[in-house]
Amino acid sequence: MRKSPIPSGRVAIIIWLAFLTLSAFVISRTQFTTDLSAFLPKSPTPQQELLLEQIRDGLASRLILVSIGGADASSRAELSRQMAARLRADAEFVSVNNGEPVNTEADRAYLFNNRYLLSPQVTPDLFTVAGLHSALNDSIELLASPAGLLVKSLLPRDPTGEMIHLLEQLDSDAQPPVFDGVWATSDGTQAMMLVQTRSSGTDTDGQQHAMNSIREAFNSVPAAKPTMRLVMTGPGVFSVTARETIKSQVKRLSIISVILITTLLLLLYRSFAALGLGLLPVLSGAVAGIAVVSLGFGEVHGITLGFGTALIGEAVDYSIYLFVQSDNTGGDRRNWTIEFWPTIRLGVVTSIFGFAALLFSGFPGLAQLGLYSISGLISAALVTRFVLPYLLPDNFQVHDVSRIGRILSDLTTHAARLRWPAIVVLVLAGGIVAQHRGDLWNDKISSLSPISEAEVELDTGLRAELGAPDVRFLVVASGADQEDVLISAEQVSAVLQVLVDQGQLAGFESPSRYLPSNATQLARQASLPAVTVLEDHLAQAVQDLPVRADLFAPFIADIEAARSQPLLSTADLENTSMAMAVDALLIKQSDHWSAVLPLTAPPDAGIDADHIRAALDSAGLSGVLFVDLKAESDNLYSGYLREVIQMSLGGLAAIVALLLLVYRSPWRVLRNILPLVAAVLSVVAGLILFGQQLIILHLVGLLLVVAVGSNYALLLDRTYQAGLSLHDRPGTESPSATPPTERRTSPRILASMLFASLTTVLGFGVLAFSSVSILQAMGVTVAPGVVLALLYSAIFVKTTDA
Amino acid sequence: MPLVLFGLLFLDFQTGLADEWNIDQLMQGMAQRQSSHAHFTEIKYIAMLERPLESSGELFYTAPDRLEKRTITPKPESMILEQGSLVIERGSRKHKVRLQEYPELSAFIESIRATLAGDRAALESTYGLCLTGTAEHWILELRPLKEQMQAFVQSIRIAGAGNTVSSIEINQADGDSSLMMIDSQSTP
Repeated sequence: MRKSPIPSGRVAIIIWLAFLTLSAFVISRTQFTTDLSAFLPKSPTPQQELLLEQIRDGLASRLILVSIGGADASSRAELSRQMAARLRADAEFVSVNNGEPVNTEADRAYLFNNRYLLSPQVTPDLFTVAGLHSALNDSIELLASPAGLLVKSLLPRDPTGEMIHLLEQLDSDAQPPVFDGVWATSDGTQAMMLVQTRSSGTDTDGQQHAMNSIREAFNSVPAAKPTMRLVMTGPGVFSVTARETIKSQVKRLSIISVILITTLLLLLYRSFAALGLGLLPVLSGAVAGIAVVSLGFGEVHGITLGFGTALIGEAVDYSIYLFVQSDNTGGDRRNWTIEFWPTIRLGVVTSIFGFAALLFSGFPGLAQLGLYSISGLISAALVTRFVLPYLLPDNFQVHDVSRIGRILSDLTTHAARLRWPAIVVLVLAGGIVAQHRGDLWNDKISSLSPISEAEVELDTGLRAELGAPDVRFLVVASGADQEDVLISAEQVSAVLQVLVDQGQLAGFESPSRYLPSNATQLARQASLPAVTVLEDHLAQAVQDLPVRADLFAPFIADIEAARSQPLLSTADLENTSMAMAVDALLIKQSDHWSAVLPLTAPPDAGIDADHIRAALDSAGLSGVLFVDLKAESDNLYSGYLREVIQMSLGGLAAIVALLLLVYRSPWRVLRNILPLVAAVLSVVAGLILFGQQLIILHLVGLLLVVAVGSNYALLLDRTYQAGLSLHDRPGTESPSATPPTERRTSPRILASMLFASLTTVLGFGVLAFSSVSILQAMGVTVAPGVVLALLYSAIFVKTTDA
Repeated sequence: MPLVLFGLLFLDFQTGLADEWNIDQLMQGMAQRQSSHAHFTEIKYIAMLERPLESSGELFYTAPDRLEKRTITPKPESMILEQGSLVIERGSRKHKVRLQEYPELSAFIESIRATLAGDRAALESTYGLCLTGTAEHWILELRPLKEQMQAFVQSIRIAGAGNTVSSIEINQADGDSSLMMIDSQSTP
């Protein structure tokens, strides 16, 4: 087919169009995801699964913390009430809490009416003479205290103080102070609200919608005043802000880089048609990448699109090489095909070797990225080779760059003189990297977050004021059904309560507190005595107390009723604020149930994870897991990072092996590899000197530097070898192929590489000015990296005066 | 009755100034007090119980809103009012009551705090005030304005001399009452 280019050109174009159509069809049916599934390893540990579950559906991920500042306290309070009323009516929100006692009545009724099923104090011992005496004595003493005013009316019905005990349990959480009937910061300058959304924290659109509804309520309720300020924070708010920040920065920066690159290419091509055609390889590559990943994985992750498109950025260079390197004397690109395609092909294969390592990653996200880049690069290269030449207009001519090329050529001949200084620089760079190898990488997942320090501080501050859960430490009990996990939760609670009493924990939450297991409810019911027994015991218990037994007739009646009351179920919690807690802490999954028990650290002290783990282990409970979500997410990320580093090194080894196979000369391979290693080392050393710790995006950038840089090295190598080997090659005797000499080829090659690296520098350089760490990392790695790769290639590749 | 006589004499002697002894003066005097420490004995009459309950202990006050009542007999117990919440410690149990959730209790405690702080505006938002006596022997009677509160407390009578409080008598609407005698040991 290759022997008759014109028909094969048509065939190629037809195949290409058919491929694009097919890909478009696949893409139209592709499911794009942005959830965290890409981060979950193929075979996750139970802790990792739990982490993702919590990030996705956990209570903490669905909280929005709201503060209202400005104007005066009573206006803020009024606004808070009106906003809360509006939001409570909105199905988008599960709960809106601003300190108003909306559920207080229902909550108290639930606790009081069911106190003998709910209170852990209800045991057979409580109803013995001694037990009653001690409980009554306590209550009478309480009556004498200021709180006695509150409990006086309860005494005849609840002389053992079950209600007080239940309230004590509930009140253990810190609650913000109230001004004018609503929550306010302790300095009283802002009203506060805690909102729980129905949509999960990872549903960024849902979170954005919820934020809009809150802002809308803030602006439109009658009490709204222009001097008031609304501040929102929380995990969902963070993801919305992050997305907005990245979106707006990407938009602004890509507009700038597109203008810069377009201007440069227009100066070079002098043709809009060429400019458009030049994008065909990379666009085809992106289309192919998405379609192949979609077929291979059943879905395409947003991360794959973002990083993958950067990784195949190399493909933009292909068309520059084609346009600038091809003979511009008569629309015949066959020379290029013969002279340079093998080299570009080798460059593509090296890049593929580099990215292939990702394919075998245990993380679907990385594997997708590998598949995307490989299929994208192959398609882009094939389009450059077989389609693009036939689409160029006959009289296509790029701007004459031979003058620039000659200057470069002169410079290059002297470049080899820099070899020793360059080696000194490299040794220094290597030394710096070696010295910092311990803290080279930042393996904290927060290093990826585009959320600013100030925003994090605001969140921490507001969270502390609101006493909102900062869910980091959890105990999770799993089981087959609700009863199972409630029993487990009760057993865990018993262990945790000991830790609370020891001061190891400030407290913990458990769904079993609001909804005990049936077993426990039955046990409590069974410990309630019959009327005659209770009357008898009471009469003895009050003998030396300043009360008469007949005061407690209502108590006896309540106990009698509780003995036969139906057991509590989730439905009984309806309309109480405890329903929300149980809902968040008791999770039904497809095939099992989990009960989540968040732990609260003692004030001014952390939680000793090992101690708690040991306490839980020694209790010998099955299906119970202690999770430190922060450590777990850091582990997940650092594992991910470690794997990519190893795979990248593996990729490098594979590239070396490939070149050895092709060149069969270790020295030649060394000359080609050295510039890449040198560029990587120098960039990393530079980043260290500027005080940057590397994140995963630096590594992606370095992969790109190697991919792009290998083309430079190979092309230069090819140029220098051209004079020596081209004549000996079979298949070069096509009619118009005048054997190029080094003098003729070199300037054009050099110019094409200069332009290719300039576009890369313009494209990625602007990212270096981004305030978003993941964009900035790419920018500061790729832009200097490709320039250095080009320089080092010029310095090291040439053999003549070695 | 030499004391009464003395009082009467004193009253006469002060007649010229009596017109000027008013709530504002009392409040100003109280407001100057930054902290105080006193011993108390309290007796509570509760209809439900067959005997009155007696207790004693110490009181600490720091302007403008920290009040601590440390009961020593019959059983150690402490109650601290701070920043709108009441922390009650009995034995190993600590119970925090958020006053905003208990408006009656809040109004009741506020009557004492606001008197000690000389915060007339806060007092008058909940109570009608009636001051009798002299600067050296005054009685401030508080009667709740709101019906909701009237169902709970009938009157609070705070007696004192100068800017020290000597007794607090609380009469509840249900007939229960308490009397707290305060023996001041003023601290500078």
